[in-house]
Amino acid sequence: MNPRLELRGISKSYPGVLANDEISLTVQPGEIHAILGENGAGKSTLMKIIYGATHADAGEILCDGVAVPEHGPAVSRELGIEMVYQHFALFESLTVAENVSLSMPGNMDLKALAARIRDVSEKYGLPIDPDRRVLSLSVGERQRVEIVRCLLRNPKLLILDEPTSVLTPQAVHKLFETLRTLAQEGCSILYISHKLDEVRALCHSATVLRGGRVTGVADPRKSTSAELARMMVGNDLPEVILTKTELSHAPMLSVNNLSMASESVVGTSLKSVSLEVHGGEIVGLAGVSGNGQSELAAAISGERITNAAEDILLEGRPIGHLDAGRRRDLGLGFVPEERLGRGAVPPHELSENALLTAHRQGMVKRGMVNRKRARAFARDVIDKYSVKANGPDAKAHGLSGGNLQKYIMGREIEMAPRVLLVSQPTWGVDVGASAYIRQTLIDLSRSGAAVIVISEELEELFEICDRLYVFCHGALSHSLDRNATNVEEIGLLMSGTGGAAQTAVPSADEVRHVV
Amino acid sequence: MLFKIEPRAEPSRQMAIAAPLIATAMTLVVSTIFFVSLGLNPFVTLYTFFVQPLTTMNGVSEWLLKASPLILIACGLSIGFRANVWNIGAEGQLIMGAILATGVGLFSPWQESALLLPLMVVAGMAGGAAWAAIPAFLRARMNTNEILVTLMLSYVAALILSYLVHGPWRDPAGFNFPQTALLPYSGTFEVFDYSYRLNTSIFFTVVAVFLTWLFTNRSFMGYKMAVGGVAPAAARFAGFKSSVSVWLGLLVSGAAAGLAGMMEVAGPLGQLSSQISPGYGFAAIIVAFIGRLNAFGIVLGGLLLSLLYLGGETVQLNMGLPSSVALIFQGLLLFFLLASNFLVNFRIRRLVTRTH
Repeated sequence: MNPRLELRGISKSYPGVLANDEISLTVQPGEIHAILGENGAGKSTLMKIIYGATHADAGEILCDGVAVPEHGPAVSRELGIEMVYQHFALFESLTVAENVSLSMPGNMDLKALAARIRDVSEKYGLPIDPDRRVLSLSVGERQRVEIVRCLLRNPKLLILDEPTSVLTPQAVHKLFETLRTLAQEGCSILYISHKLDEVRALCHSATVLRGGRVTGVADPRKSTSAELARMMVGNDLPEVILTKTELSHAPMLSVNNLSMASESVVGTSLKSVSLEVHGGEIVGLAGVSGNGQSELAAAISGERITNAAEDILLEGRPIGHLDAGRRRDLGLGFVPEERLGRGAVPPHELSENALLTAHRQGMVKRGMVNRKRARAFARDVIDKYSVKANGPDAKAHGLSGGNLQKYIMGREIEMAPRVLLVSQPTWGVDVGASAYIRQTLIDLSRSGAAVIVISEELEELFEICDRLYVFCHGALSHSLDRNATNVEEIGLLMSGTGGAAQTAVPSADEVRHVV
Repeated sequence: MLFKIEPRAEPSRQMAIAAPLIATAMTLVVSTIFFVSLGLNPFVTLYTFFVQPLTTMNGVSEWLLKASPLILIACGLSIGFRANVWNIGAEGQLIMGAILATGVGLFSPWQESALLLPLMVVAGMAGGAAWAAIPAFLRARMNTNEILVTLMLSYVAALILSYLVHGPWRDPAGFNFPQTALLPYSGTFEVFDYSYRLNTSIFFTVVAVFLTWLFTNRSFMGYKMAVGGVAPAAARFAGFKSSVSVWLGLLVSGAAAGLAGMMEVAGPLGQLSSQISPGYGFAAIIVAFIGRLNAFGIVLGGLLLSLLYLGGETVQLNMGLPSSVALIFQGLLLFFLLASNFLVNFRIRRLVTRTH
């Protein structure tokens, strides 16, 4: 039998980068094949070439044994290749059926289509109501719409790009069941991911990419995570060391019963959120994105002022009424999830970006900027946090996501914050830099600062946090000790089915003192 | 076919310098075709437009005299524009500055005093700043769109001026012309030479250019405002208040425009009349953008636009061309300049059409 998809020596270069270098791989009918690699390894380029969104410079693509000439996405779909992108392409104001009809050829009978959507979604365990507007769907439900849209066309090869980044652990299980059913029916699946445990749980085979090249082919069911990681990164992963710690007597930061209406229609309102963080610990805030994380981050950082000053206490002092600059003066550091445009000014040089928050370090004299100081500070951060950049004159938008994150993190930590809030510390950052950033956070907390980490990656939170809270619908769960909880419990709390959220008054057992 | 406009990662420095030259070359090419099609000798026309005005001392004096208010106002505007504060009502602020300065010049008790001129300078700046304070307050407190408010207040200012010169401030000995009495000698700027109109007020513009450069390139406040303009979320992240930018951007540009108005009445005009500005306040917006909001670029932009005014008059007088020809030519040059400036920082890419 011919393989469903065969790539022979696919190469693609962009100015200055060889994105794909002689990549070959084979996918059999009914096979779930993982493409593993860090950010920038060439996964997305390869998928675009297969789907026809871009063309390879060299190499051959064979589908069911037949060579595919230079093609576009329309040809791909005729061949039965469908792709679910990481970012959904849905119109929020239309219903599910209307959205699906847009991608179907010809005029569609919406009623018949709705019936077909119901059939397919039932068959594959992807419950979805075709008459609902996309606006009212959760992220997980939107992904189902995208998958159902592909399934309606009876694909022979389904490409999924990082599909689990927006799902709760339980939803991931469900998705995997669907994908297994599909595979059993003979549909091949290309599964792009950098999450090793998922690939090991789901995939039959894996092609590992690094720097645009195939660095290994493995059976993930028989390989260990460490083996796969070595192929991905090129060397052994630095291990993150979590040492014992002493907590401060009083909490460094506490949020008391904070309720806050969302600024926009699509945002989430915070419902009596309470949390406490002591010096010496890292507290993680888990949850599917869009459940109040960005609102709480803005409220703590001071980008939004809270209703009452006492809503937020920094070392016992009410700061809810202060703006971000005043809070930073008092020792509150913040690293936002958007690096470009929020944590840094994209067209500005790194030395100018040092000024953004570190101007407090004597960079301003009588209203004038001391550029020498700013440059020296930027250079220090670049050296100390091994930021790969062309010196302090490099423009922020010229840095890779990971390097810019290291720079912003370094800038905030060099100001010796008493409390540091970090949102999505390793989002889009490669494995090596991620480990470095996590270790930096641990070291900071062990030096006596309080660290809060907002992240969607449970693995990461379990790796570095001492305690966890879970977000769901704008409310925060009770505090969970990392050693006394597990992924399942947190998954249930994320979906709002596991136990009660915080009551208005935080329970006494939340406050731990270790002397 | 679809096109996408995207910012260039690293705008080339060579192209940034070459852009105005390319724009000038394009203008020359297109206007040559245009002039030839009208049956004009392109070389003579271009010479009359660009070179002839500057061949006499009087021409040079007029050139600098017109460039001065343009540059001064554009400097003020650039400070707000960098922070996304869009004051397009400098014309109105200019008028209010001129009115207040004239009021002090004509009606204050210090008619003979050497302090009269400095007082009028202060009054001019205060008048412009006060007029700009209205949109600043509305924007900072009620989030009103300052573009609309500043523009509409320009018309209000023009009507106030008209009322004053037709009514209470009209010169009783002025044969009913809509103008005030002449300002006293101590309330006007000294000219360099009695044959020409260029006067000492140009030093204010020189100082303003330097201060603008200092503010935007060296001061922390200028940095904060630039951050607010380029990346508002980063400004919020850093805790820079946007209301400070709004107030400062509008007050500074208002004061600059008010001073320019004062310089007109205390300079070449010598009195207030119903028409005191040929649209300096609006033209300065173009000057600010030709100069890429940079103080020294604005100097070049102001000199260029002033030359275009003069050249337009010269071709009308010497060659009998209609004024619209001069306007078309000005439009061509501005179009190419702004387009090439844009293409230095952005590129247009053809999209591969992706059907779903």
